[in-house]
Amino acid sequence: MPNMLLYILVAAGVTYAVRVLPLTLLRRPITSPFLQSFLYYVPYVTLSVMTFPAMVDATQSPIAGVAALAMGVFFAYRGASLPKVAALCCGTVLLLELVL
Amino acid sequence: MQAKTKEETVSMPCKSETRALALSGLRDAVPVGLGYLAVSFSLGIVCKNAGMNVWESALLSLLNNASAGEYAALTVIAARASLWEMALLTLIANARYLLMSCALSQRLRPDMPIYHRLIIGFDITDELFGLAINRPGMLEPPYYYGAMIMAMPMWALGTALGVLAGSVLPAALVSALSVALYAMFLAIIIPQARKDRVVRVLVPTCFALSLAFSRLPGLKTLSEGTRTIVLTIAVSAAAALLCPRKEARNA
Repeated sequence: MPNMLLYILVAAGVTYAVRVLPLTLLRRPITSPFLQSFLYYVPYVTLSVMTFPAMVDATQSPIAGVAALAMGVFFAYRGASLPKVAALCCGTVLLLELVL
Repeated sequence: MQAKTKEETVSMPCKSETRALALSGLRDAVPVGLGYLAVSFSLGIVCKNAGMNVWESALLSLLNNASAGEYAALTVIAARASLWEMALLTLIANARYLLMSCALSQRLRPDMPIYHRLIIGFDITDELFGLAINRPGMLEPPYYYGAMIMAMPMWALGTALGVLAGSVLPAALVSALSVALYAMFLAIIIPQARKDRVVRVLVPTCFALSLAFSRLPGLKTLSEGTRTIVLTIAVSAAAALLCPRKEARNA
C-alpha cells in the first residue's frame, strides 16, 4: 500500500501535466473530429458515472439520496446556479432524514 | 480568435497597470472563492472518510485545485489501490482541463514567457477558466494571478475545515453535506444535457451503466476507480464515433 504523500503527489503531478502541457506546447487547435468529440464528451460522461449511484450511497437513507438526486436534476435543468443546486440537495437530505 | 495588432500584444503593462489588473482579478474571484469554500468543505468530509488527516487533505487541495479530480483521487485512496490506478483515474477525471487548457492557449500572447504559462497552468479550473475567457482580448497574467490568490487558499481552507468539522458535526449534517459535491456535478452536467441532445442521452445511460457495474455480481468486483475509467473511455468513444461533433471548437 503506497503512502498518503505518494498518492497526493501522483494525483497532483498528473493533474498539473493535463493543465500545463496544452498551455505550453499547443500552438494550434486539435483537428481530428474523433479526438475533439471524445474530449468534449469525456467530462460529462465521467461526472455522470461518478454521480450515480455514489450520491445515493452517500446518505444514511438511500431514499433521501434519491430525492436529493431528483431535486438536483430538476433545479439544475431549470437553470439554478451551482450554489443553489448544492443547497437544495443538502436541504432535501437534511429534512428527509429528520422525518424518515 | 482575431489576432491582435503587434503593438497591443508586445506592450508590457507598467507597474500601476499590473496592480490594477491584479486587484480586478482578486475582486472578480471573490464569489468564486466563497463557492470554493462551500464545495471544498464537503470534499473535506470525503477526505476524512478516506482516512486522510487535515494536513494531507489541505495539501491535496492546494496541489490539485480540482473537485471531480480530487474526488476521483479519494476513491483510489479510500480503496488503497495502486498508484497506476491513481494516475489513470486523475487523468480521466481531469481530462476536461485538457480541453480548457487548449482553449486558453489560444488566448495567450504568442510571445508570453514560459514561466507565466507554467504558473497559469497550475490553476485552470472551471471557474477561473470562465473568468479568463470573459476578459476581452489576450489574457493578462496579473489578472489571472489576482484570481488565483483569491481562489486557491479558499479551496484548501474549505477542505481543511471539512475534515475538522466532519468529526464534530452530527451525522445527519454530515450526511446532508456529503451530497453537495454530487449536486455540483449535477450543476455541470444537467445544463449541458438541456442544451445538447447527445449529452441528454449520455447522462441517463451513464447512470444506468454505473449502477449496473456497482451492483451486478462479477462486475461489482471492479473498484470504483476502474469502473469510472472503463465506462468513461467506452461511453465517450462510442459517443464520439456515433455522434461526432460538428463544431467542436467551443466545448
